[in-house]
Amino acid sequence: MEVLSVLIPVSLGLGLLGLLAFWWTMKSRQYDDPEGDSHRILRDDYDDKPKQD
Amino acid sequence: MSLAEHPSAAACPGCVVGPEIADRAERQRSATAHDVHLSLPSIHCAGCISGVERGLMQLDGVEDVRVNLTRKRATVHVAPGVETDDLVRHLAQLGFDAQPLDGATLSAGESDRAARDLAMRLGVAGFSMMNIMLLSVAVWSGAADATRDLFHWISAAIAIPTVLFAGQPFFRSAGAALRAGRLNMDVPISLAILLATGVSLSETMLSGKHAYFDAAVSLTFFLLAGRYLDQKMRGSARSAAAELAALEAPLALRLSVDGPETVRLPEVTVGDLLLVRPGAKVPVDGVVTDGMSELDRAFLTGETDPVAVGEGETVRAGEVNLTGVLTMRATAVGEDTLLHGLADLVSVAEESKSRYNSLANRASRIYSPLVHIMALAGFLTWMWATGEFRTSMMIAVSLLIITCPCALGLAVPAVSTVASGRLFRLGMLVKHGTALERLAEVTHVVFDKTGTLTLGKPALVDPEALAPETLALAAALAEGSDHPRSRAIVAAAEGRDLPRVRVTEIGETPGYGVRGLWQGREVRLGRAEWVGGEGSGTVLAVEGAAPVSLAFEDVLRPGAAELVRELKAQDVPVTLLSGDAEGPVSALAAELGIDDWQAGILPGDKAEVVATLGEGGAKVLMVGDGLNDVGALAAAHVSIAPASALEATRVAADMVLLSSDLSNVAEALRLARVARKRILENFGAAGVYNMVSIPIAFAGFASPLAAAIAMSTSSIVVSLNALRTR
Repeated sequence: MEVLSVLIPVSLGLGLLGLLAFWWTMKSRQYDDPEGDSHRILRDDYDDKPKQD
Repeated sequence: MSLAEHPSAAACPGCVVGPEIADRAERQRSATAHDVHLSLPSIHCAGCISGVERGLMQLDGVEDVRVNLTRKRATVHVAPGVETDDLVRHLAQLGFDAQPLDGATLSAGESDRAARDLAMRLGVAGFSMMNIMLLSVAVWSGAADATRDLFHWISAAIAIPTVLFAGQPFFRSAGAALRAGRLNMDVPISLAILLATGVSLSETMLSGKHAYFDAAVSLTFFLLAGRYLDQKMRGSARSAAAELAALEAPLALRLSVDGPETVRLPEVTVGDLLLVRPGAKVPVDGVVTDGMSELDRAFLTGETDPVAVGEGETVRAGEVNLTGVLTMRATAVGEDTLLHGLADLVSVAEESKSRYNSLANRASRIYSPLVHIMALAGFLTWMWATGEFRTSMMIAVSLLIITCPCALGLAVPAVSTVASGRLFRLGMLVKHGTALERLAEVTHVVFDKTGTLTLGKPALVDPEALAPETLALAAALAEGSDHPRSRAIVAAAEGRDLPRVRVTEIGETPGYGVRGLWQGREVRLGRAEWVGGEGSGTVLAVEGAAPVSLAFEDVLRPGAAELVRELKAQDVPVTLLSGDAEGPVSALAAELGIDDWQAGILPGDKAEVVATLGEGGAKVLMVGDGLNDVGALAAAHVSIAPASALEATRVAADMVLLSSDLSNVAEALRLARVARKRILENFGAAGVYNMVSIPIAFAGFASPLAAAIAMSTSSIVVSLNALRTR
């Protein structure tokens, strides 16, 4: 059962990582234009350096 | 919204003020770079994004372009000195029509922020729910003693901060309701979440068997999901409405010592001299001091025919100047204008509409006291039977969790979101929260004529009956004018095999007509009294020949006939109320098959007719676009305005029809009824579920596992049912 003391923090840590990733996507406004983003990925001119703001 | 309508200059507020917004941007051309917002109604694909972004980047001074396809908008960061007009013209060359948006009107940040805030809380609740559920699985499958306690403590450590953070929207709203001495939905929700967490914490301390951390957090999660959907739906409607408003920036051209300057409307004061260009709207009430022109008063009175105005005549805010440049002196500004007087009517109606009891409200009024009484009854019964505070408290909490209005909290927003989304794709914007429900109850439909059933754009009657030479001559003269009738003549002449005519020295006399020279003779096209013909209306005269009179009619809006037919098939009575003269109204009524019509109605009377119908028990749907309809729109049970209407009218209406096709209204009616049915079904499902689960919880058999299963199942059932709305 000692393995629990490792596994539970690990699983919680991974979950938190996911939560942080979500928080980051929110913060960087990645849900502002869902329709446009789904099209942008398919276009042929690549946006190698998207503007950071 | 590929359906977005592109009305004439007179009917398209954006096109009218477009140049003025551009002007203002020019003035703003201060030392700093700035953002320009453009509306791009026609973009729809990846190619369009690339086309617009790459196309604009080619222009000098454009530093950055970002297209938002969801909102059909582009934000362009430009260097000082770049004019909005150039951007629009460049896009037009590339085949994208663009309209400048007023950035100041566009700040939709508030609702965006609220939605993001809710999404963040939703994310946190979701994360916690998953982790606690996993820990709970171990407990449910038989973890005991120290292991169970450990799991409960870990759950507590995750759940308590989550509940405190994610539950805030409910706590805040419940607190506000309690302070006002009311009960709302959020009171039992907050109570359930807080009690469940508190009781679970004390159970954990006492190393008890059952903890409801999973229930408290999943309750928060499901209800937040409903709240988020609701916010998202309102936010998108509000941002679309804001975009409509941003298309017509409240600007005026003020004449000052150093020429005309563009100012915002609130800055105009009584006595200011204002310049009204052809195609622009009269900004405030006033008197003409100089110039001759014709005004389109359709928005105010419903008349289709343009009215001639000259020096000394009164003009009203909202009228559209058609031909000549007018100088006017402002006599009433801001709240004194006729337009604002109408806004008062709207606020009165808003109040009555906010008093409308939505289904969710009615349900919650019965439901929330019931939930409290139930939990209290459970607690007292068990207290009396066993005398054990701990057991009784657990029963009360399980009852609160089981009866908690997940179905209400999630079912109604889910259905409304699905229905509003479908309506949005049809080109209908639902502005008011309860509008969809009110639309479902409609039993009587009242229409306005000009601009609603018709497009408010003239078309030449029977061009075949005219001699080809006459039509060619009229078209050649009309080419040089922007008057709606001139454009109608040009449109009628287009695509016809007409003899070539050469008219020279064409000149327009604003307010009267156009003249030119043809084969050495003078030809005139314009008002009858100016041309020299008899009667009224538009006349073409060639020197030395008898004048030919040209007749015009208003074009029927696409889908109008279908809509009226559909309503008749559903046995919904239809009434036509118009401020226009009897002739055109009766002709239109006959064409559409409307038996109940009234012509020459004053604005106040319209509202009265609608109110009388309402008092008679009918639930009236008013469809209108004019300022003369504002009172009626506000008095009706539910109202729709086309996007071509003035801002004041759109504010008064519950829904805005963005597409030019009226038959979408019939589809909206059908959808609203389906949505209402789904909401009622969901209530039914919730009722059945409660009837089954309450006795179980009351008897003390509701373990945390049972509560978790029951709650998730009911939430999923209602959400799936909501998706059937189509």
